[in-house]
Amino acid sequence: MAPNTVLRMEHIGKSYYGTQVLKDINIAVKPGEIHGIVGENGAGKSTLMNILFGMSVIHSTGGYEGSLYIDGTSASITSPQDAMALGIGMVHQEFMLLPNYTLTENIKLNREVLKPNPISRVFGDNLKSLDFATMNRDARSALDRLHINIEEYAQVAGLPVGYMQFTEIARELDKKNLKVLVFDEPTAVLAESEADHLLNAMKEIAASGIAILFITHRLGEIVEICDHITVLRDGTHVVTKPKTETDVFELAELMVGSQMEAADQSSRDTSQRAKLLEMRNLVVHMPGERVRGVDLDVYDGEILGLGGLAGQGKIGIANGLMGLFPTTGDALFNGTPIALNNPKASMAQGFAYVSEDRRGVGLLLDSSIELNIAFSAVQNQEQFIRRWGPFTQLDSGSIRNHALQYIKDLDIRCTGPTQLVRRLSGGNQQKVCIARALTMNPKVLLVSEPTRGIDVGAKRIVLDALRRLNQELGMTIIMTSSELGELRSICDRIAIVTDGRIAGILKPNDSDVNFGLLMSGQQASKGA
Amino acid sequence: MSTKPTPSAAPVPRDFSARSKEFFVKHMVTIMFLVLSVLGFILSGMSPFLFLMDIVARVSRNAFLVLSLVIPVMAGMGLNFSIVLGAMAGQASLIFVTHWGVQGLPGILLCMALVTPLAMFLGFLTGNLFNKTKGQEMIAGLILGFFAQGIYELIFLQLVGGLIPMANTTLVMSSGIGIRTTVDLTNGLKYGLDWPGQFWGNDLLLRPTLPWTVLGIAAAVVVAFLLYRFVLKGKIPSISHLVGGAACLGIASWWSIIQIQTSSQINWIRVPLLTWFVIAALCGFILFFSRTKLGQDMRSVGQDRHVAAVAGIQVNRVRIIAIMMSMVMAAWGHIIFLQNMGAFSTYGSHEQIGLYSVAALLIGGATVAKATIGQALLGVFLFHTLFVVSPAAGRQVFGDAQIGEYFRVFVAYGVIGVTLAMHAWKLLIQNRAKQQL
Ligand SMILES: Nc1ncnc2c1ncn2[C@@H]1O[C@H](COP(=O)(O)OP(=O)(O)OP(=O)(O)O)[C@@H](O)[C@H]1O
Ligand SMILES: [Mg+2]
Repeated sequence: MAPNTVLRMEHIGKSYYGTQVLKDINIAVKPGEIHGIVGENGAGKSTLMNILFGMSVIHSTGGYEGSLYIDGTSASITSPQDAMALGIGMVHQEFMLLPNYTLTENIKLNREVLKPNPISRVFGDNLKSLDFATMNRDARSALDRLHINIEEYAQVAGLPVGYMQFTEIARELDKKNLKVLVFDEPTAVLAESEADHLLNAMKEIAASGIAILFITHRLGEIVEICDHITVLRDGTHVVTKPKTETDVFELAELMVGSQMEAADQSSRDTSQRAKLLEMRNLVVHMPGERVRGVDLDVYDGEILGLGGLAGQGKIGIANGLMGLFPTTGDALFNGTPIALNNPKASMAQGFAYVSEDRRGVGLLLDSSIELNIAFSAVQNQEQFIRRWGPFTQLDSGSIRNHALQYIKDLDIRCTGPTQLVRRLSGGNQQKVCIARALTMNPKVLLVSEPTRGIDVGAKRIVLDALRRLNQELGMTIIMTSSELGELRSICDRIAIVTDGRIAGILKPNDSDVNFGLLMSGQQASKGA
Repeated sequence: MSTKPTPSAAPVPRDFSARSKEFFVKHMVTIMFLVLSVLGFILSGMSPFLFLMDIVARVSRNAFLVLSLVIPVMAGMGLNFSIVLGAMAGQASLIFVTHWGVQGLPGILLCMALVTPLAMFLGFLTGNLFNKTKGQEMIAGLILGFFAQGIYELIFLQLVGGLIPMANTTLVMSSGIGIRTTVDLTNGLKYGLDWPGQFWGNDLLLRPTLPWTVLGIAAAVVVAFLLYRFVLKGKIPSISHLVGGAACLGIASWWSIIQIQTSSQINWIRVPLLTWFVIAALCGFILFFSRTKLGQDMRSVGQDRHVAAVAGIQVNRVRIIAIMMSMVMAAWGHIIFLQNMGAFSTYGSHEQIGLYSVAALLIGGATVAKATIGQALLGVFLFHTLFVVSPAAGRQVFGDAQIGEYFRVFVAYGVIGVTLAMHAWKLLIQNRAKQQL
């Protein structure tokens, strides 16, 4: 092993409740190196990083096997404090932010800049005062390194997920003794342009001598910036290769063991169909994703894509239609107005929603998969309920069968329908969200970022499932996504949202140039 | 990215009626009590003098106790019903200091010094218990109070006079075992803090009349403000500052001087100035504390234990410290309360204070998740206003003071029940709204 490795993980193994999820993993990283880790959903990537960061989920479930070396010396990491003291930083897959704090307070969480006062001189450092001026200055410079121009004294609650992600990254950047920085799917919540920005920032960080461990499902990003790439499959270490010796296709094959299918680009002409949904001057006050007046028609039975850069308002449209943020304007469903600002009414109309914010709006983490899938349908539609006079009873048999069907259809990797959702990997939690929305048999399905955090193989499965539901049940789908490729692979029409308005509507097979122009606020050379 | 617009922090524009409705819903409890208090005051036909006299005494003796609840709320541990343990510790110290015969202010200071390590120890145990019952701290605190009552009774009913020798015929029952059911502090610790001059035979020392106090405080505030801004910060007095300061001083001194000149009854009201200083010092400390490292850690833990732990904050330790601080404050607060009452029922005085303090805090507009000093002080004022006026109002309206009495007890328990239910309900609604999608 080269002497100048900053981090070495040797023979790492881990089992959760008797299931072996990691076996004999060996990774070595040099200072300034960007090391990519790829693998399917549930392959064990987050678990490996949790071991490195001393997370309590690891140590409350029996610890791990193998050994860690930092700068060549054996390290025992049993808590996040240990990890941080050794210079390890982590951007977690799930947000680790306190919503009622400002960006500064979050960035400086537990690393507050302190100044002494008369009382602290007597009673100790714990009573030193916070030096907000310096803290704000540090936070500002960390945010500036990421080129984020939001005020550092803004509250985190209500910010769009993209900003939250950058806040987390800024927090790690602000750590001065940083040697190893772990990114667990940092780009999943970002639009492509934002992701590019982040990749550049990562290169700068690496150039300053910090080693980076980078997890993503976007293989393009991996080959773009990584020096070495480790592939995990089902908890085993498949291979570690230098970037120069591999490419996207080989990686995908190594991960799932099969070739990627090419995207299906056929689209239908839906403009002759009846108008199902009409939006007129829709204004949604969603902080950071403000919709400033959208006029848009959705035709019966089509798949409409909403694309655009982050912060331009594409996410706000679905949130407004579902009544999650204050909304004004008109929305007609089959010609009759929808009551806005009322989630219940929207659901009664036959809308279902898969939110881009999986953690905030969504899962009952400490309930089983089957209950999570059935939950909304039970609550709102009295599906899966047996009536005995005034008494009701959950029909557990049909809930079980239903869940088994979706576990198969969406390829949810789990030990069974009774597993707790908290114990699923990130991508598999996302699949449960989708299954829940589909269970409601909606007339209109609003999905935001449906494949966020899902590996390449499963992405196809999810998109195919959407397409199949659309074709078999005639379900109208409005899909919001930051990944243009994904929109182009299944949508009939794609509306690009810029500055809170519809900049134009394109066909999926329109040229890249036209998409690019609309996103940057210019007129496309030829609309659809 | 450079094209990304900065999300403006401007609030969503809403019309006035929506905003005022939101305001009413948010401050429902406080507004309701304000209305009840004003109504009760008018109905009771009480003289402002009697009302003021009572309210000054009650607020002074209760504020410290209620303030002791603020820090655990900050740390996300809800309403700390376990302050009853602190109160028991306070009573224990009063009993022993009375037995030793230390009187007046020195006696009170001795009580506080004695009780501090004991309260810290009790807080440490309670904090550990709360760490094992996370999310259930309030109910655990209530139960702990009942449990501690048993131990307290064992010590003072069975062991004192036996295992713990105490030869004192006024304190110990005639059988020689156990403390009598009431402990009288007269000629000892009574008014030790409220009226320290009495100890040295001086009536006026630190016990000015209400008009003089108002005059003094108004002057002190203005002078302190001027000194801070213009001497320390070196800023030149602006016209508006001078006019504002002069106006405040003017109104306060006008009222005070009229009262003094006409020698109205208001001049009979004496202010326990040292107690006020102690309360002000506690307020100052809590404000200061919330801007320190430990205070910030508590707020972080209060928002999300998991995130705080991942950031490296020692969550359990921070929570234990919060309870220890609250416990010490409660012990001191109960000593302040009892030195003003002048006597206490050995086996009952501490029982009510948990519930009453919590009720007062909630009436001020605090919730399980957020409590401020202002809410604590406003709550004490409103709660006791209702206490003062409701018997008189009951007598005037129903011809029976007892009905007013029932009413205020009903209200005290009712407000706790309703607030806790409202909190649970709000959480439920929020979760529902999220999970229905
Ligand atoms: N807290 C837990 N308890 C039990 N099992 C768990 C827990 N967390 C994860 N697992 C299991 O460990 C395995 C690896 O999960 P991990 O989160 O590491 O996957 P991942 O590679 O990060 O996937 P993804 O790309 O979906 O985020 C999965 O089978 C998962 O079900
Ligand atoms: Mg993961």
